[in-house]
Amino acid sequence: MAWMIFIINIFKKVKHMKNKVLRTSISKVNELQFRTGIAQLRSLVFRDDNTATNKEKFPWAPFKAMVQKEISDHFRNWRFIILFVLISLACLGTLFATLADGMKAITADGSGNNFFFLNLFTKSNGTLPPFFGFVGFLGPLFGISLGFDAISSEQQRGTLSRIMAQPIPRDSILNAKFLAGIIVISVMFFTLSFLVLGSGLIAIGIPPTAEEFMRIMVYTVLSIVYVSFWLNLAILFSVRFKQSATSALLGIAAWLFCTIFYPLIASMIIKAYEPSQFASPRAIYFYEKLKFYLGQFMPNELFDGITSAILVPSIRSLGPLSMEQLQGAIPSSLPLGQSIMLVWPQFTGLLSLTLLCFLLSYVVFMKREIRSRG
Amino acid sequence: MAVKSIDITGLTKRYGEHIAVNNLDLSIDKGEIFGLLGPNGAGKSTTILMLLGLTEVDAGCVKVCGIDSGRYPLEVKRKVGYLPEDVGFYNDYSGLQNLMYVARLNNIPEEEAKERALEILQEVGLEDVKDNKVATYSRGMRQRLGLADVLIKNPEVIILDEPTLGLDPEGVKKFLQLIVRLSRKKGMTVLFSSHHLHQIQQVCDRVGIFVKGKMLAEGKISSLAEQLFSKNTFTLEGAISTAVQDAAEPLLSIKELVQKIKQIKGVAQVELNNNQFVIESQKDVTVELSRLVVQSGYGLNFLSKKEYGLDDIYYQYFQEGQAHEK
Repeated sequence: MAWMIFIINIFKKVKHMKNKVLRTSISKVNELQFRTGIAQLRSLVFRDDNTATNKEKFPWAPFKAMVQKEISDHFRNWRFIILFVLISLACLGTLFATLADGMKAITADGSGNNFFFLNLFTKSNGTLPPFFGFVGFLGPLFGISLGFDAISSEQQRGTLSRIMAQPIPRDSILNAKFLAGIIVISVMFFTLSFLVLGSGLIAIGIPPTAEEFMRIMVYTVLSIVYVSFWLNLAILFSVRFKQSATSALLGIAAWLFCTIFYPLIASMIIKAYEPSQFASPRAIYFYEKLKFYLGQFMPNELFDGITSAILVPSIRSLGPLSMEQLQGAIPSSLPLGQSIMLVWPQFTGLLSLTLLCFLLSYVVFMKREIRSRG
Repeated sequence: MAVKSIDITGLTKRYGEHIAVNNLDLSIDKGEIFGLLGPNGAGKSTTILMLLGLTEVDAGCVKVCGIDSGRYPLEVKRKVGYLPEDVGFYNDYSGLQNLMYVARLNNIPEEEAKERALEILQEVGLEDVKDNKVATYSRGMRQRLGLADVLIKNPEVIILDEPTLGLDPEGVKKFLQLIVRLSRKKGMTVLFSSHHLHQIQQVCDRVGIFVKGKMLAEGKISSLAEQLFSKNTFTLEGAISTAVQDAAEPLLSIKELVQKIKQIKGVAQVELNNNQFVIESQKDVTVELSRLVVQSGYGLNFLSKKEYGLDDIYYQYFQEGQAHEK
């Protein structure tokens, strides 16, 4: 639990700092008060205007209360604690596996890349998968476990109709659940990334370059987007199905389908189109393209593309490249901006999948009749 | 004329082919306690959901405190406290925390909310257990916490959906007294639904009997009785005996007897079943009836006059509801 207390302390400090900032800004506020006085006078004259805007005004305080409650529920939940321990153990395990054998795994690289810190995330000595592999594998499980009973458990406990009877917009419930999930995921992923960075720093003794640090941050943000896709999918299932168990199973089924069955199916389809040794370049090109695009449907494939391009700067394309395109290329690594450009389509695809899930749960939830239970 | 607390006109709700609420008109004055009485599945809960804008209205108009709840559900929810049927709480939170959460959702300032929550918990008699987790609460305590939950936002109208369900008789009594006391104290309008007539009768100013999505009768309980009595006031139950020892064959066959009974002035309906009969009439025909039976050569095993109680009002309307359905 030490890390939790640590995080809480950090939050407290941030809050404290904020207070200080607030105090210093009070003097500025005093200056502004004169202006607000005028504004009030004006609002007395143009009364209709003001009341209209008041009606439209979104109640932030209740929304904040909801998000706070959701977050504290997540942190207190055993499910979250178990998963967090599991993922951190996996990550630390891979870290030690990577750093064992005198960092052979990191340094043994013929292509002359000097990104030691990135190698910390992507390389391993073979006993365990690398860090990013674990995150890609367990991240979805984490997202699903945070979201699968978001709405259905409230319904089963009979609290949903009680909350719905309060003067809050209906979508606030969904938004609060989603936002709380994202905050929890972000806290966890940044914690993990920093833990790996910190222990790497101790082990290697070389500080990461700015570029490496930025790449790791970008990677962390993108993995948050990836996990939030699974969170959204799980929330969608929890809105649609009344039994939490059903939505959990469906979430896991979707995850298994993406990671295990879809690649199988895709490879079967690809096999059928496999060109012969003497096929025309056009046919080979088509085959490669097909192989690439079939992969792009699945969120986990998208995420794999993203991680490899961000964490391995020497990757210059995610799809097939012709010899023509490679001609004259200097075999060096890409700058961060170019790597991001490279994964932009994948990133957009992932984001749109996330939004699609959110939209669907919105549509299902907004029209629904909320009865007390069941 | 003051704004009605609840004003429903021509309200209709359909679920596919099934009509849950059929062209309902209802208005409730401010400060009134109104009981919505009906069997399960009559559409009481659906009506309440529409009052709060929790489900869409197919036709008609619902106004609560003069606000259209279909269009401005948030405004309505600010003024209405709703206790759902079989309410649930966050079990790992204490009663006080549950209340505070609802207060926060209502945008009540923290200090004020705490003060009010403690006060209300005292009123509903939960101040001793306010820091216990809700999981440890009994059914009655949960229900009282539900009432506190409704009251914390200081509503103008409170709507209780089957609030007494699952409480023991003593608990029901106390709970109802609590509702009446608090609502009278604060001048709130109360709408509560139940399928227990006696509970409604104890506390309500006015009752609506609601069957198959229709309001069959509405008014004070005494006037409900009058509405019913204007048709067939009296019911006589009795049994005739054919095996009279010293008499000869009866003069009339049973069919003829029934015909004769029907001819008695005021008799509206005669049902004869295995020598047991039920007669409904507009006036007391006991004397004429007994004379007729005996003169026809039958014996009279028993004859009893049935008084109409409130239960009978209820059943009468239920039967009518079913008859309408057929």
